Amino acid sequence: MGLLSDPNRRRALISLLTRLNAPICVVCYMAGVVWFMGLAFEPFTLRTYMSENAMGSTMVEERFPSGERALATGREFAAHKKKVGGMPVDWLVKTMQARGLEVFTQTFSRTLPFPDENKERYMVKGTNVYGILRAPRAPRTEALVLSAPCTQGDHNNQAVGLLLGLAQYFRNQIYWAKDIIFLINEHDLIGMQAWLEVNMGRGGSIQAALSLELSSDVITSMDLVLEGLNGQLPNLDLANLFYAFCQKIGVLCTIQGKLQRNDWDSVSGYSHSVQTMMLMVMKQASGRPWGDHGLFLRYHIEAATIKGINSFRQYKTDTNTIGRLLEGMYRKLNNLLERLHQSYFFYLMPSLSHFVSIGYYMPAFGLLAVILLLRALDLWVQLASPPPGTEDGVVDTEQMWSPDVLSVLTPLVISHLTGVALYYLPIHFQKMALEHFPVSDTEAVVLTAIAVYTAGLALPHNTHRFVSGEGTEHGWRVLKLVAVLYLAVLLGCTALINFSLGFILALTLVPVAAFVTPHVPKVPSAFVLVILSPACTLLFSVFFFQELQEVPISFQDGWVLYLSVISQGILDHSLYGSLVYPLIALLVYPCWLLFWNILFWE
Amino acid sequence: ACSNIRGVFLVFFFLERKLWNLPLLYDFQEELVIRPLHSGDIYASFQFRTVWETDFTRGNKVSHYRLFPKSLGQVISKFSVRELHISFTQGYWRTMQWGQPFQPAPPGAELWVWFQDSVTDVDSTWKELTNVLSGIFCASLNFIDSTNTVQPSASFKPLGIGNVTDHRFLRYATLPREIVCTENLTPWKKLLPCGSKAGLAVLLKSEKLFHSSFHSQAVHIRPMCQDWECKTTSWELRQTLNVVFDLHTSAQGKREWSLFKMFSRTLTEACPLASSSKIYIDITDNPEQFEVSPATPLLSQASVLGDRRTFSVYDLTQQITFGTVRSLNLLIRWKSSEGDMLRPLLHGERYVAGYGLQTGEIHTLMYNYHPYRSFPVLLLDSVPWYLRLYIHTLTVTSKGKDNKPSYIHYQPSKDRVRPHLLEMLVQLPPNSVTEVTVQFERALLKWTEYTPDPNHGFYVGSSVISSLVPSIVAMDTNSTRERPLFSSFFPCKEESSYFVRVYTEPLLVNLPTPDFSMPYNVICLTCTVVAVGYGSLYNLLTRSFQIEEPNPGLAKRIANVIRKMRGVPPL
Repeated sequence: MGLLSDPNRRRALISLLTRLNAPICVVCYMAGVVWFMGLAFEPFTLRTYMSENAMGSTMVEERFPSGERALATGREFAAHKKKVGGMPVDWLVKTMQARGLEVFTQTFSRTLPFPDENKERYMVKGTNVYGILRAPRAPRTEALVLSAPCTQGDHNNQAVGLLLGLAQYFRNQIYWAKDIIFLINEHDLIGMQAWLEVNMGRGGSIQAALSLELSSDVITSMDLVLEGLNGQLPNLDLANLFYAFCQKIGVLCTIQGKLQRNDWDSVSGYSHSVQTMMLMVMKQASGRPWGDHGLFLRYHIEAATIKGINSFRQYKTDTNTIGRLLEGMYRKLNNLLERLHQSYFFYLMPSLSHFVSIGYYMPAFGLLAVILLLRALDLWVQLASPPPGTEDGVVDTEQMWSPDVLSVLTPLVISHLTGVALYYLPIHFQKMALEHFPVSDTEAVVLTAIAVYTAGLALPHNTHRFVSGEGTEHGWRVLKLVAVLYLAVLLGCTALINFSLGFILALTLVPVAAFVTPHVPKVPSAFVLVILSPACTLLFSVFFFQELQEVPISFQDGWVLYLSVISQGILDHSLYGSLVYPLIALLVYPCWLLFWNILFWE
Repeated sequence: ACSNIRGVFLVFFFLERKLWNLPLLYDFQEELVIRPLHSGDIYASFQFRTVWETDFTRGNKVSHYRLFPKSLGQVISKFSVRELHISFTQGYWRTMQWGQPFQPAPPGAELWVWFQDSVTDVDSTWKELTNVLSGIFCASLNFIDSTNTVQPSASFKPLGIGNVTDHRFLRYATLPREIVCTENLTPWKKLLPCGSKAGLAVLLKSEKLFHSSFHSQAVHIRPMCQDWECKTTSWELRQTLNVVFDLHTSAQGKREWSLFKMFSRTLTEACPLASSSKIYIDITDNPEQFEVSPATPLLSQASVLGDRRTFSVYDLTQQITFGTVRSLNLLIRWKSSEGDMLRPLLHGERYVAGYGLQTGEIHTLMYNYHPYRSFPVLLLDSVPWYLRLYIHTLTVTSKGKDNKPSYIHYQPSKDRVRPHLLEMLVQLPPNSVTEVTVQFERALLKWTEYTPDPNHGFYVGSSVISSLVPSIVAMDTNSTRERPLFSSFFPCKEESSYFVRVYTEPLLVNLPTPDFSMPYNVICLTCTVVAVGYGSLYNLLTRSFQIEEPNPGLAKRIANVIRKMRGVPPL
């Protein structure tokens, strides 16, 4: 700071920064990307370790014996499910009561803003059944949750069977200090949302929750899903706990469906962990809950989904072992004296045994964000130095600024109005769209969104001419300064809440913000700008995600998937309050429109 | 034949007292009620009553205490206590599974005391009293201070004689976090005349009592009428212990209980000091559901909690009870698990709704299961100051309609001084749920005010719902008649209703908690920000910058001096 209070040195520093602005920006961008890619390199990451004392050293002996019986219960459940044609509520209530639980049911109904074609639902009516194992001599203040979704068809019957088996086994144990809630929720997240809103209180304050998905009698590996609503993650100790017990019991465990490998020093090993980490980044950035646990996180309840996966490997794990795994996890969670808080809440996982904490990944974003600040400094200096035409340099500042305020405000207001239209119109105009075009409900919404988005490109870039006559050289600089700072603040805040989303947006929007001026060649620049716009970023992300999951798709399928992702985003927002759609529509897209505006400044 | 003998014996006993006109100076009774519950669990309720005809109050120097525990007697006289009720409970009474308990108590410790109106400084007396009781019962009652003490205006009326209504002399406090264990049971047992050496107290073995679903022990001291006309008063000390054993963990899922299975002891004798020593077994549902052995011909009926129940009675003062083996091991066996429990008419629940660490909403649900009668209930809420209640958001709704309380007593909290007190009288419509909601804001505590485990959360004590519930059967209003102890705890003023107190669950609320594990980081960061950031920013903001002529070189300066001397303008 002493550097800044000395005018001479300050001038030297500023001239250096403005002179070398472009190379520094390029270097920063490269460094940011390289830093990010380096995060997946194992020597740069930390090994996971259990931070919570209460779960660390205590010995737990797992003895769950009745896996076979649990599977039989699962088959019985499947039969009743088929007979009733949905959730066999009465059977579940009776079964849970027979196991000595306090049983409650909750009916809920929800009407979606438009029909969900992926899951074929519109007016949703369902029932949640949950049984509470009351801990002896506990005052009902704390609880743990084990849930299994009841889904259509033949899925997840084994999970329900195992849940009931564990309920019976746990009921006869004496060491419970927290109530355990066994929840079977219908209509996955909608049921979960209804349960969390109304019935969560019955168990006091919930300390942790696991959602179980299991669709075959034997499995080869267990997969851990962490990403929740708005990219929230549970405390890392929950992942550590899962990993520790998988190691102890000898179950193959994966994250993002990827086994961990030991050959970090080989190219394939490195690319494997990059893949794993990128999958996590993509999932987190999407802001949607990737399992039924996703909504718990908002309530400050640490939660994860555990999926049993049956692939064609030799090594099989039976239900007994999974039961023992869960028993061990619940026994340790039962020992908790405080909520899980010792370990990290912000992390990325290149493998289940290694993690990257916020302190390590934030510099990658910082390096990208600093480009925006450098560009802003450059513009500021350009604005402050007298334009080359005037010799005396004593231009009346009032005179210089006043027309520009309007020429900056107008595009700002117009682009934000476009954003508001993009946010509101798709849902509100779906009826009208349905009447005029031969499309389905979901298509109507998505296509309206795309239409508004494209219309926004045509709309604002000529407006300043009508308002304030000819745009000046000075005008676009002021506008760009505002836009660049706006983007910096926007991305900074996003990255703090959801690093992945902030980073992906920064990757695409920062180059745009850095290079756009009215003087670059129009057509190629416009093309680049569109390619790097939020909508196209999403399109590429869809393909990239499929590529990462090793299920590449054709362009045709990709486009269909892209449309459904947009509709899912809108649905997630209106059902669960996911913030990605409003963030893109109301803030990111208008910000990008400002740069579009600058490109077509005349 | 046996009941006849017993009847004659009782008559003789009363005649004897009447004839000799002896005041009953001392009396000790012990009693155990066993109620098999529909869930398969079993509920055992011990009561030990010591009655002592004396007067502590008017400066009488009492030195000979006999059956009455001296430690408590001294407390009563020293602190001018009129009534004292203290309970230690581990677990939550599950009303919907177990029905109403004989003596309700909230989880943790509860203490409420009425002082004599001669006490001038109630607050300091209360403070001293809690500290003394803390020592007597080995409990953390010394944590009771002004921040968790309230003076309820209506919910806690005296249970003994006396028409005190000035609630200035009442203090009520709960410690929901208090953990009850053997260390609390031992001093409690020491207050008994026979200790745990003889009588029913032999059964009180901590390894079994604390291997249960619910454990609650209490001490109640109150002045009582000795006779119908209430000419003489006496002090009553009631020690109660309630325990529920679990079907699955204690009985391995078998619906079969015995004294030995419950307490790992059998009975061989009554306490020699006891005038009465009885075991009651609730056999109202017999014989359809379970059988009791050994069978007893003695039956007794009592109106308890609005229901007429039938009990098998085992009189331990009779040698015949113990049979030839000189040991009584009662066996209760279910025949079937069919049948539904008579649903309790009043039930309460409470929970916190909402997410985030800024605000929240407390929901209290009160259920009236009476099919056609509505009745009023008194709701008492005592909420710590760090949950700032927004009392304007208070809503009471029944059946979707606004239900205006006919009486509200609200005392706002003062930060770090006293808690919120909210009391209201609400009419519960028949067969309905009444929901009381109030929003609150979570206060940010000072860093020294956090508990050592701040991420565990902070407790809010149970709400108390007190009510006169319409009774199906006529209740016994004669308070002096000889009755089983369990049915005579709450005084009954009218036949058509009975008194019930229901406690809701305590709440565990998370407050915004700083990351205490990083003080070092915080100190470093703060120091850096202050030193570097603030210092230079302040410097930049306050320093005025002006362009300074470059310093002329030495040669130039000398030249200027010479030019000045010559009178030529300087360079």
